[in-house]
This record gives sequence, structure tokens and C-alpha cells, in this order.
Amino acid sequence: MTKYFLVIISMVFVQNYVLARFLGLCPFINVSRKTDAALGMGMAVTFVMTMTSAVTWPLYFYVLELSERNVFVRLGWLELTASQPLVAVLKVSSYILVIASLVQLVEMFLRKTVPALYRALGIFLPLITTNCAIMGVALLNTTNYPGPGQLSFFGAVWQGFWAGIGFTVVMLLMSGIRERLESARVPKAMADIPIAFVCTGLMAVAFMGFTGIVR
Amino acid sequence: MFREFTKGLFEKNPIFVLMVGLCPTLATSGSVESAFWMGIAATVVLVSSNTIISLIRDFIPKGVRIPCYIVVIASFVTMVELLMKAYLAAELNRTLGIFIPLIVVNCIILYRAEDFASKRSVPASILDGLGIGCGFLLGLLLLGVIREVLGAGTLLGYQVIPGFQPVLILILPPGAFLVIGVLMGYFNLPKKTQHLILLWIFLFPIMLIIHLSRMRSSGRAAEPVAVPETPSAAGGDAND
Repeated sequence: MTKYFLVIISMVFVQNYVLARFLGLCPFINVSRKTDAALGMGMAVTFVMTMTSAVTWPLYFYVLELSERNVFVRLGWLELTASQPLVAVLKVSSYILVIASLVQLVEMFLRKTVPALYRALGIFLPLITTNCAIMGVALLNTTNYPGPGQLSFFGAVWQGFWAGIGFTVVMLLMSGIRERLESARVPKAMADIPIAFVCTGLMAVAFMGFTGIVR
Repeated sequence: MFREFTKGLFEKNPIFVLMVGLCPTLATSGSVESAFWMGIAATVVLVSSNTIISLIRDFIPKGVRIPCYIVVIASFVTMVELLMKAYLAAELNRTLGIFIPLIVVNCIILYRAEDFASKRSVPASILDGLGIGCGFLLGLLLLGVIREVLGAGTLLGYQVIPGFQPVLILILPPGAFLVIGVLMGYFNLPKKTQHLILLWIFLFPIMLIIHLSRMRSSGRAAEPVAVPETPSAAGGDAND
């Protein structure tokens, strides 16, 4: 139980995807001008991140990785050898295809079932495909998991969901700052994006205060 | 033709002008070495994907062009990732980490494929890829040099200024945001002001060194005088 609670703290504050891991900066800088848009983007990213974690984890451990639980090994189509050709060769391509089709699917699903949410998300949904935070969560849950051992399926989904929440939190904070910045007197050269980066830096300094709470 | 190459370096610099591909830029510019390899990896992928996409541009149906580009890019990213894992030091691979596979979702590559390679001839696309790639590499190196020299006091692992207390924050994540924000602001300034600031940045250390060496030599000369001077200063204080 504590483990899952620590994941929340770690993903939202300590190892925040934007401020500590530099993932998803393009939407973070370009969509955080207004609070509504920032909230919409954060919601869309959280949704797709959770879905991606739920799909890529089984894809990696049951299809790509050669182990006892691999589907092809169980069917007898592949031999258990030391080399792992599938992981090495197909990881990037399969992940990006999964994410692209998932975003497409989510888009169609939302348009039919929850049109209000679909309209609110608008242009942000298709843009998520090229958001590196989504690909990042897939990689960090499987091949590049920083901690010891492996994540369980539920652990991966849980981590993906809270990583999305962490992204949303920072987006909302940033949009608040930028709405204030619009009426502030900023030197012309620093206006808009440069000053947004400087503010992000100061925010990152503040978030660094959480370092050490969780491993 | 040569303009396709040169435009990517400065006037269409991907980091400071187009502002795409910022995630790997910030994440890998903590040291010059990792910044260099990140730039090389992105350039290789960019040039090769531009070449292939320009070659097959007439066969790709309009409706599914983006997935086609992504598959091409993903194959090259896989090649680069495997090559880097095989030939580079393990520690460097750990620093670059997920950012090599993440080239596949890097906006620069897809942007050049969609905007340039799918419309132009092969040689032009190769030159364009090289130019944009070198521009990316230049930007990365600039950030890497600033962050490593000021943040760690070293350049490529060698100490630059002996006795310099490094500003540690610059190699930590917040420093990346601060440096790129200030640099973007600098590139937004009018050309004249930019040159003036650059001049000052180069002149200031020289003047500081001259000043310090003068102080030291005068200090050494004045040392015997300075010793009796202190009591007199104390006496002055007492008089007050």
C-alpha cells in the first residue's frame, strides 16, 4: 500500500515528467497560455498515458521480451535463447504504432460516446501522438524502468496515471503564471516563451525541494 | 542548392528559431559530450529519413503518409540506438537514456519529412537534413558548453578555471530551463545589442584577469607597508 502511495508522490512531485525528466515540453510551453486549454491538454495526456501503459506493458512482457511468459514461446514458434532480437528491433516501431493507433481509437471513441469531452479536447488529441511524454511513459515502464526489478501490470498503469496527473498539475500551475505574465511588464526580447522558460526554471527549483522524499 | 544547408544553421535553427525538439535538448545538454552524441544521433536519423522519404515520396498515398514517415523514422532510430549501445560507453548511454528512442517522436524529424523531404529532390533533402541537423547540434553544443563550464567548472571532463566555484544549479534540471530561457531572450534581441553583449562577455574575463593580476602584484609590493598600516587604521577608529 505504501509503495503505491510513494509512486504518487514520486510521479507528481519528485520525478515530475516536465520539471525533472524534460518530457512533454512542447505541449507544456505551447498550450499553457490559457487555463482551459492547459486543463484539456492535461486531461487528454493523462487519459492516453494510462491507456498506453495498459497496452505497452503486456506488449513488452508477453510479445517482445523472450521469457517463459512470451506468447510466441508458449506457442512454440520461438526458442528461448540468450539474444533478444524482438525487443531490440521492434520496440520503438511497435510502441509508436501502438500509441498512434491508440490515440486514433480514443478520438473515435470519445467522438461517439462523450462528445462534450471530445469538443473540449479538440485539436490536442491528435497532437498527443508526437508528445514525448507518452512514449516516455511506455519506455520508463518497461525497458528503461529506473528502479530495481520490474513493474507489475497494475504498477505500470498506476505509474502512468499519476505521471499524467503530475503533468496536469504542472500545466495548471504554469497556465496560472502565464496568465499573470501577460499583464506583467516583460522586456520585449524576453516576452512569451523565453520568460515562460525562466519561470519554469524557478518552478523546477521549487520542485527540487521535494528531492529525497522518495528514492 | 547550398542554401538548403546553410539555412538550417542559423536562420532556421531548430532550437532557438523553430523551437522544436526541446525535450532532448534540455535533457542531454548537462555535459558537452552527451550533447554532442545526442546531436549526432538526431542528425544521422534526420539525414537518412529525409533521403528515404524523398526517394519514396511518389509512392506514398496522401492519406497514410504520416504513418509511413513514422515507420521509416522508427527503423532508423532503432538502428542508431543499437549502434550507440554497441559502441559508446555504458555511462554515456545511461545519460542519454530514453532520449535516443525518443528521437522517433521528435518534432524536428517529422517536420522536415512533412515540410521538405516529401516535396523535394533527394540531394536537396539530404542537404536540408544535414543543415537542420548541424543547427540542432550547434544549439546543443552551445547549451552544453555554457551549462558544463559554469555548472561543473569543466569542459569535456577537464577543469577549465582552477579554483572556480561552479554554479551547481546549472547542471541540474532547473538550470536547463533558466539557460535556454535566457538564450532565447538573447537571440530575440536586435543584432547590434547581441554583438554588444557578446563583446562584453569576452571582454569581462580579460579585464577581470588584468585587474586581479594588478591587485596581486601591487599587493605583494605593498605587503611590508600594509603591516604597519593596520594599527594606524585601528588608531584612526579609536580617535573617532
